[in-house]
Amino acid sequence: MTILKIDRVTKQFGGLTALDQVSFAVEAGEIRGLIGPNGAGKSTMFKNIAGFYAPTSGDILYQGQSICGQKPHSIAELGIVRTFQETTLFQELTVFENVLVGCHKRARSNLFNAIFRLDRERQQMAADKVIEVLEFMGLSDRREQLASELPLGSQRALAISVALASEPSLLLMDEPFAGMNPEETNHMMDLTRKVRESGITIVLVEHDMKAVMGLCNYLTVLNFGKLLAEGTPDEIRNNDRVIEAYLGGAK
Amino acid sequence: MTGKTGKIISGLVLLAALLLLPHLLQYHHQDLLIFLTINVLVVASYRIVTLTGEWSLIHAVMMGVGGYTATLAFKQFELGMWFTLPLAGIVAAAIAALLCFPLFRMTQFYFLIGSFAAGEAIRLCWIQFVNPFGGTGGLSGVEPPLIGNIDFLEPVPYYYLTLVVVGMCLFILHRIEKSRIGLILHSVHWNSPLAESVGVDTWRYRALAFIIGSFFVGVAGGLKVHYLGTITPNQFGVGFMVFILIWVIVGGYNRFYGPVIGVVVLTLFDESIRSLEELRPAIYGAVLIASILFLPQGLESIPTRIRRLFSRKPENDSSPSNK
Repeated sequence: MTILKIDRVTKQFGGLTALDQVSFAVEAGEIRGLIGPNGAGKSTMFKNIAGFYAPTSGDILYQGQSICGQKPHSIAELGIVRTFQETTLFQELTVFENVLVGCHKRARSNLFNAIFRLDRERQQMAADKVIEVLEFMGLSDRREQLASELPLGSQRALAISVALASEPSLLLMDEPFAGMNPEETNHMMDLTRKVRESGITIVLVEHDMKAVMGLCNYLTVLNFGKLLAEGTPDEIRNNDRVIEAYLGGAK
Repeated sequence: MTGKTGKIISGLVLLAALLLLPHLLQYHHQDLLIFLTINVLVVASYRIVTLTGEWSLIHAVMMGVGGYTATLAFKQFELGMWFTLPLAGIVAAAIAALLCFPLFRMTQFYFLIGSFAAGEAIRLCWIQFVNPFGGTGGLSGVEPPLIGNIDFLEPVPYYYLTLVVVGMCLFILHRIEKSRIGLILHSVHWNSPLAESVGVDTWRYRALAFIIGSFFVGVAGGLKVHYLGTITPNQFGVGFMVFILIWVIVGGYNRFYGPVIGVVVLTLFDESIRSLEELRPAIYGAVLIASILFLPQGLESIPTRIRRLFSRKPENDSSPSNK
């Protein structure tokens, strides 16, 4: 089943065409890698899907329904949640509180309920969900620590926890392995597989080729805003056009 | 003694002190005590606006909106204080809700300037439209309520009345801050793209904070005008807004009670330098600069700092306020 369909999406910034008629489709349950040299338009594509940008033309379909031009928070509510390139967390809040914010879909409160504390049950359910997510991501023993005090690997795991708490069906991960040492990368790869096994489709943008090749079952390659190639990691590894794009091969 | 009984005992002591306080003061100081109590509500309601990270310059004017609403409701429709107070809050909240649409297209510095401009526009309306707002001279003849034969023109009964209303408002504001909504307001402040990516409609929460803050400062405006009896546009000008900012910054805005400490301490301080009339603005300026330089977390951080001096284990200063 196709969960996400990108249909001839073009994004222009003034005279610059960042994405040019890009089309691809993501199947439910896969880990899809979106790769390409710097400036290929990978992050722009992410921002278009998550609603931070609106495409200049073309359409984005999520479970058969167009999500083009919707606000990021409505898209998140539909089930597409992104993580950010840098470690993006609520640094001043504890680990627990960070994930609690993520439970927004489940725990949303209105003013009346907040003042008279009428939705305790709902808030308790949210807290239970937080504990479950922290357990899943192996962060249980850090729940009272401030996010800013965590080591890099745990911060990334926390960022994914925040996203998972909002119960996505499609998770967009923007460079989850950037700046990690091999050990942290391996741990993060295991976590990513675990997330997929829990039934969440993953699309990730990543430069670490070893991680991408080991993790993804299908790759989409962009170059200068255009779709360059698609295929399994093995096919991509041996694709002449991809090698040329990356190594700037001789003519 | 466990923490909970300790809290209850200190709460009771505070309550007793608040109830006894007016009887230990002279007439003039009783007056001041009422305005101080009202100003506590002003800064506490301002805090909920600043929770989302936006510092508006329209809060003083919103107090005026409440004040004018109460005045007109009292004079034109002969409504009692039980109706004028909630009405003052509701009208201030409604005007805030309308202003959300232009104001929250902006953030940070632009929002600051935008809110200032919107506030001045409202204040100019009070000056320009002599009917019904009374122009520069404002309006007068507002009276406190009558309950049985208690004369609320006297400061002591009116103080108790103010205490009850402000106490209720603070309780509600505290509840909001400690709830899910308070947590989301924090998250909008600290990282709004991340909040948005998990489904938080940041625009709505910024607007909500602004509307709640305006409601309660509107009530404060109603309380003030019912005691003072008169209202003029100049009471709610930039001067008063600057005072609100100083109270909040000097008190500290990381915890709920920070701004309250700020307004209480600075009001006492203000009384103690009353004799130095023309030097007061300069002294206030010095206090603000000194507090930003030496106490960037505000007066409320002093206990934490002292505790850290005496204990070996370092505590984290920047811990968030919803603890």
